[in-house]
Amino acid sequence: MPDDLIRFTLNGRRIAVPSTRGHLGDLLRHELGETGTHIGCEHGVCGACNVVMDGRVTRSCLTLAVQVDGAEIETIEHAGNDRCGAALQDAFVARNAFQCGYCTPGMIMTARELLSENAAPGRAEIRDAISGNLCRCTGYQAIVEAISDAAEALRETADD
Amino acid sequence: MTELANSGIGAPLPREGARRLAEGRGRYVDDITLPGLLHIAFVRAPFAHGRLLGIETDDALEVPGVVAVIDGRRLAEICAPFDTNPPGVPGHASAPQPPLVVDESCFQGEAVAAVVAESRAAAEDGAELVFLDWDELPAVCSIEDAQAEDAAPVHTRFSDNLSLRHRFGAEDVSEAFHGAAHVVEADFSFGRQTGVTLEPRGIVAHWDPRTEELEVWQSHQVPWQMREVYARQLGLSPQSVRVTAPDVGGAFGLKLHAYADELAAVAVSRLLGRPVKYIVDRLESFTADAHAREARASCRMAVDAEGHILGIDAVVDAGFGAYAMHPRGSFGEAMQAAQMIGAPYRVGAFRAEVRGWRQNKAPSGAYRGVGQPIACAITEEMIDLASRAADIDPAEMRRINYRRTLDEGTRATQAGLVVEELSLDACLDKLLEAMDYTALRSEQAALRAKGIYRGIGLASFVELTGVGAGLYGPLGLTVAANEACRLTLQPDGSLTCATSVTDQGQGTLSAIAQLIAGEFGIAPEGVRMVAGDTGRTPYGGGAWASRGMALGGEAAKRACARLRDGLLELAAGILQCEPEALRFEQGEIIGPKGASGLDLAELAALCHYRPYDSPTGQVPPMTVEESFVPAALPYIASNGVHAVHLEVDPELGTVDLLGYWVVDDCGTVVNPLLVDEQLRGGIVQGIGAALYEECLYSEDGQFTNGTLADYVVPMAGEMPDIFVEHVSTPTRATGLGARGVGEAGTVGGLGAVRTALGDALVPTGARVSQQPFTPGRVLAAIMAAEDAE
Repeated sequence: MPDDLIRFTLNGRRIAVPSTRGHLGDLLRHELGETGTHIGCEHGVCGACNVVMDGRVTRSCLTLAVQVDGAEIETIEHAGNDRCGAALQDAFVARNAFQCGYCTPGMIMTARELLSENAAPGRAEIRDAISGNLCRCTGYQAIVEAISDAAEALRETADD
Repeated sequence: MTELANSGIGAPLPREGARRLAEGRGRYVDDITLPGLLHIAFVRAPFAHGRLLGIETDDALEVPGVVAVIDGRRLAEICAPFDTNPPGVPGHASAPQPPLVVDESCFQGEAVAAVVAESRAAAEDGAELVFLDWDELPAVCSIEDAQAEDAAPVHTRFSDNLSLRHRFGAEDVSEAFHGAAHVVEADFSFGRQTGVTLEPRGIVAHWDPRTEELEVWQSHQVPWQMREVYARQLGLSPQSVRVTAPDVGGAFGLKLHAYADELAAVAVSRLLGRPVKYIVDRLESFTADAHAREARASCRMAVDAEGHILGIDAVVDAGFGAYAMHPRGSFGEAMQAAQMIGAPYRVGAFRAEVRGWRQNKAPSGAYRGVGQPIACAITEEMIDLASRAADIDPAEMRRINYRRTLDEGTRATQAGLVVEELSLDACLDKLLEAMDYTALRSEQAALRAKGIYRGIGLASFVELTGVGAGLYGPLGLTVAANEACRLTLQPDGSLTCATSVTDQGQGTLSAIAQLIAGEFGIAPEGVRMVAGDTGRTPYGGGAWASRGMALGGEAAKRACARLRDGLLELAAGILQCEPEALRFEQGEIIGPKGASGLDLAELAALCHYRPYDSPTGQVPPMTVEESFVPAALPYIASNGVHAVHLEVDPELGTVDLLGYWVVDDCGTVVNPLLVDEQLRGGIVQGIGAALYEECLYSEDGQFTNGTLADYVVPMAGEMPDIFVEHVSTPTRATGLGARGVGEAGTVGGLGAVRTALGDALVPTGARVSQQPFTPGRVLAAIMAAEDAE
């Protein structure tokens, strides 16, 4: 960062912002206006702030803004642009798999990573995969069913 | 089209209106920004009890970006302290709570000074450099310490720590216990919890000196209540205050209260004439959000040889914390914890004494279920103890004691409860069948012989939902308990429903839209919902005590009837028939000869643009408003039965949940898709209470587990699938027939896990009285029972 700018790709757009000491979550929300990423605990437990950094789901509250220099970042605002993200969003609505919606962006980012690695996860595998994402409203069951439904929908349309 | 789908009620419609939340397009309070916005970080009291001697702010003011450091004395000039002593609560006493500490602080985490800066980071930097000079005072933290004869006072204005004392039922019930075939007795301890909304509390306040108006955006359940609170504390006209609750990331009762720090943020904006934002961080949430549930209790129950309950005698001691939560106080949980003991049953003689104790801890307040989970847990374990003493199956024991309705000629139970028709028998029947109770009991017996300890627990509950004005008015609270609907037919034929009900994810708004759509036979997308904004909605309550559909749905149904009647009368004039011969179907008026060609859009256009086309020259009002509050009943009681199947590892003390079933009666179910997961979410919070969640303070009142890694809430991996089924007994209090459901899961969840654990431990002779039932406590109970042998 010779010119004291953080340069990275956000949801396919090239970004250059003045260096800041804050974390990635604050940078996305307060500097770049992408408020879909939520801050729940700022100590890496709740998963509401999950984003994808260079292909891996990452806690944006535990990632310093300067760490993303040169990285590719994807947030919930962009997740619906691929089949998997869109299928998950459809299934979350259909199954009423969210209530207040605060955990949902992080939950969907995690679920999308699961489905990219495992096209047919069982219920226990789904429950295990989302155990780093806290939801305080649902009983988790609708979320498990939504992810399972999305996986099935994706398998059915895989060859389309 | 079937009648069911046509009516709108009963269809499991997804919340299409909430899709934006799944796409990251929610608008929560921290997503709101204003030009010139300033940010607050609070300096908070480091001790459980202290006297503030001085504040040094020079270094903080040097930090670039810091605009002001404001202390309690400065705010006291423009903002009154909370006075939370509702008349009519026997013996209630709470100290005034200023927005910022003026001289005495009473719990660790109480806000002392507001550092105001151009950014939150600068405000936090400044807060670190504010120096507070303190005298530490003796702190009283546990209920036992607060009760002690020589206890130091939690607040120096009082000489002792008793904040509330009340008795429900008879003064003396000893006769019922004399000669009873069995008397069982047990002690209980309930851990202090907090609601842990995933979105912390937060507020944006803007006093605009140009318009002399205060605008507040707050993550909250009851914007109308908060309008009155801010106006009163700041000496403003309520009409100059507008409070908006945007998307709210979970509330659970925690966001029902007025908080000193949020009042301070509003007062700072008033003082500076600038918009300010304050977002609570997670540590502040743990130390300064409303806590709940901390209680100790003892209970005795007398039964006859056939298992009929002859009497209940209970004492509940509740931990209130440092102040009564404003404006509704902290007594509600303690009162309901005592009053609701035995509620599902005919209990013979009844006596329950309740005492509330001040402590140098965060104030306690409302959390989902408010006292009813405690009452249910006590009742259900007592029933199990009695069933073992009488050698009667626990399910049968419940059945023979269930209350169906009030005894003839009585207006209330001995505890003072007014319950209408209950359906506990029907719920239990369905539940036992769904779980295959008999088979589980056989399996349990077989496994016990192999040293595998499985437990089957039942918990029946009666819950007070949709609580009306009769509770709040006599307490002198400026809390509107009605829910209102202002329904407008727009010129394009679409409908707008402005409701006083608020939605923090329950889906109430979607369900009301579904109900309204059903009344006109249109798609729910044709109804625009407006809520959570005192500038745009009719006066009313908001969200608490499971009132959204029960009261707000009824108001909407009545508004639909009035609007529809006016439109049908107009249409009857045009079609030259009787209005009774007309009805709406898919937005179109159907008459004796079928489709009339008149639909909502045509009628709306006529009324708004061509009123002269009306045969009478008159058009009906395009906006109608209806309000509903239960009048014949103080509240609408709901009921249900929960069951848990679990296994205890006697070597590790761990509890593995194997199955969960609930059969609930919330009357008319408008949308089962929403109701079922609402129940599951409530149950998971009940499981959290039973197994994991506890606010832990050190002896000197330091909060010791203030992270989500240390205060453990349920995660997906530990939760069982939950079977949900319904019995539907529509309430006679309304035309809609819906009873509340938002808290039903939590009310029964704790008790069901408790009775299942108790059942699993029967072979060991152990009983765990202290909740949450952590592995350490389970193991300690098993070892104590082994030692006793």
